[in-house]
Amino acid sequence: MTTNLQPHPETDASAPVNALEVRGLVKHYPGVKALDGVDLVVRQNEVLGLAGENGAGKSTLLKALVGLVRPDAGEIWVRGEKVRLRSVVEAADHGIGMVFQEQSLVPNLTAAENIVLGSEGPGVRRGIYRWDTMRKLAQEQLDKIGSHIDPLARTDSLSFAERQMVEIAKVLRIEERTSHPPVIILDEPTSVLESKEIETLFSQVRRLREFASVVFVSHRLDEVLDVCDRVAVLRGGQSVGETPTAGAVPSDLHRLMIGSTGSDDHYHEGLSERSVADSEPRLVVKGMSGKTFRDVDLDVRAGEIVGIVGVHGSGREDVCRALFGAEPTLAGEVTLDGAKLDLSGTRAAVASGIGYVPAERKIEGMVGPMSVADNMTLTKQKSRCAGPMVVPQKQATLVDKWIERLSIRTPHRGTQIGRLSGGNQQKVVLARWLVAGDIRLLLLDHPTRGLDIGARSEVYRLMRELANSGVATVLLADSLEEAIGMSDRIIVMNDGRATKEVACPSGGKPTPLDLVKEMV
Amino acid sequence: MTSPAKADDEVVRAPRPQPRRGVSLGDAGPPIALVVIIGIFSLLSPDFRTIANLQNVMDAAAVLAVATCGISFVLMMGSIDLSVPGVMGASAIAVALLVANNRNDNDLGLLGVLVAVLLGAALGCLSGMALVSLKVPSFMTTLGVSAVGLGIATLMFSGVQPNISDAMLRGWAVNRFLGLAYLTWIALGCVLVGWLIQRYSRLGRYAYAIGGAEEVLALSGVKVAPYKVAVFTLAGSFYALAGVMVTSQLSAGLVQAGKGYDFAAITAAVVGGTLLTGGRGGVLHSAVGVLLVIVLQNGLVQIGVSPYWQGGVQGLIVVAAVSAAVLPQRRRNQVTK
Repeated sequence: MTTNLQPHPETDASAPVNALEVRGLVKHYPGVKALDGVDLVVRQNEVLGLAGENGAGKSTLLKALVGLVRPDAGEIWVRGEKVRLRSVVEAADHGIGMVFQEQSLVPNLTAAENIVLGSEGPGVRRGIYRWDTMRKLAQEQLDKIGSHIDPLARTDSLSFAERQMVEIAKVLRIEERTSHPPVIILDEPTSVLESKEIETLFSQVRRLREFASVVFVSHRLDEVLDVCDRVAVLRGGQSVGETPTAGAVPSDLHRLMIGSTGSDDHYHEGLSERSVADSEPRLVVKGMSGKTFRDVDLDVRAGEIVGIVGVHGSGREDVCRALFGAEPTLAGEVTLDGAKLDLSGTRAAVASGIGYVPAERKIEGMVGPMSVADNMTLTKQKSRCAGPMVVPQKQATLVDKWIERLSIRTPHRGTQIGRLSGGNQQKVVLARWLVAGDIRLLLLDHPTRGLDIGARSEVYRLMRELANSGVATVLLADSLEEAIGMSDRIIVMNDGRATKEVACPSGGKPTPLDLVKEMV
Repeated sequence: MTSPAKADDEVVRAPRPQPRRGVSLGDAGPPIALVVIIGIFSLLSPDFRTIANLQNVMDAAAVLAVATCGISFVLMMGSIDLSVPGVMGASAIAVALLVANNRNDNDLGLLGVLVAVLLGAALGCLSGMALVSLKVPSFMTTLGVSAVGLGIATLMFSGVQPNISDAMLRGWAVNRFLGLAYLTWIALGCVLVGWLIQRYSRLGRYAYAIGGAEEVLALSGVKVAPYKVAVFTLAGSFYALAGVMVTSQLSAGLVQAGKGYDFAAITAAVVGGTLLTGGRGGVLHSAVGVLLVIVLQNGLVQIGVSPYWQGGVQGLIVVAAVSAAVLPQRRRNQVTK
């Protein structure tokens, strides 16, 4: 099996015109280059898979294709014609439609209304609904995909799978706007479906191929290989290759997705000195179950960093939140330093010396308009108070000490945290758990998400320092390399279960591929 | 490599909503509560279970029903409207000065009513415009518009109370058809019209959709701003009609005609099952809510609860009803504001 890096796509007069073609698409966000010259070709009547790790630029590319993101440079060609897409409606006029990852249906309307929403045509006359016409219009769309959903059922009464059919029926409305075969983009369509429903979806996709081109995006590489004719791979905002799916196996794709291993080993610096004392485990989790995970066993020793890896939907985020009492647990026993841990809420967790750095920093991690000092002392109020009163001097001394220790770059302790860079914000969030000096277990949920390389390595250094000082750490890393580089041990989660434990000592690190085999 | 069908079927997935067809428990709650409350009061008080008292209840509900009908559309969108007292006050004085009265020589009759309603529509339109063009939350814009309405009413009032002599308007409150006052029939008509708008007009359906998932409408290429303005305009006309009805009841135009109707209407709508977050409920829900509130008021009097207790007891029942309604949606670490 070979993976051929395609040259820059050229339009060839003799070849059939491509349904969609992207040339050198570039999109900058502050601090990040989301798209760095992406090339992509979608042929007519084919199913093209799009693969790439988190942050590879997939979602930015898709958004650019439906007019939700305006690229800084590059061209989009539809059937040999250069186009500018400034809105979803313009994209639809060119025959491009997308089924969004977060389902984009109005839950409290009927399926029929959702299907024709925004282009009701004869379904509404002078502002008055013709329910009969509306239902007929919707039925026509549902017939195209052979679905038997009642058009007048309320959307929130339908199952996820049925709703997805409604979305596909809705997207196919773009056929009314253009005489050409449409391009349908499916963004992570299987993530909410069960196995039987996935099969139905796949037969649907094959059906779509008869009269449309499909772009299929999924985290599950086996699915991509199953349903697609060809796969294109993105990494770091660039197209890094493509391959026909016939004969390909997931590891081929994964090699493309993660690139040559060991290329960026800034995770590894200073690692050689780290070793974990062979002590009693500090955190012991036995048979913990929740809504999205089951029978999870886990232990973390003092000074140890344990990474949890798994694909989207593996339940690892919920395990992390459950340990902090932020997600209800149904069964299981958790002890911290031998004492039974109270999982009933976040207050109990904080009181037992657990700190949690949430993935959504801006929403859950910090209070944007409040000062650095107030954010840092938010949880451990006692650290800045005498009785019920805040003692400004006490707070100032403490906060200044930690600003210096973590080298947080802020003009002043009174500066609004929202004005700092992401890396410095994250350090303040971390400092929140350190000011009281009683931290025993740190739960880090994507602590480097959205940070640039420099800020990342500072967060890594901080994590190592904390571990060396005896804090037990659970890490949900942003990438496999990060998990491997930072962890002493890695737990692999698969569909809500902890399926494998991989030792990850300095000098004996597994490769990303080793882990992927366990993940998919 | 395995097929995408995962072998392990026991896996616990994220909970998925079970198909709900027809009437859900959440929708059935308020009507059941209404029946239960009526049952309890009927058992406790022979005075309550008389035809005459039923007429009382219906007549007492008329004005609130019309105002609540209007506010339902705003709440359905997830917005809020505090302009009820201002709009009602302005229209109450306006209609009093436009029909036959003791202050001037106007005698426009039904046309006067229409003008008053249009005034309310204009005030509602103002709320909506401020919301979509200045991007000020409806809470503040409508509070401001309420003050504007009261200001207009005060200017027109100018210190002398207009008493109406128009036979038609006075007759609405007094004359009966099938045992109910004309005003009550007007209220029933409003509920019917409101329900038709909600069910069969694009305006009504989009108001519902805006409350459900506004961003989806934008993704589908729908411009929501005009619909928001239209909903506030529609609501304003309902409030204005309610103001006219108060003038009919009092035979006089009062600046304070709409006092207290803002929160009474919101309470009735919420008790009826319309969510303040939008997307659920509607005109019929609100009608049931209005009856619940009014029956409660009436029943507590009939069974002899001391007037000193009534306000507090009513408040407790309202809080209990609303918390029962949101119970199924509670989750851990929920942020409530």
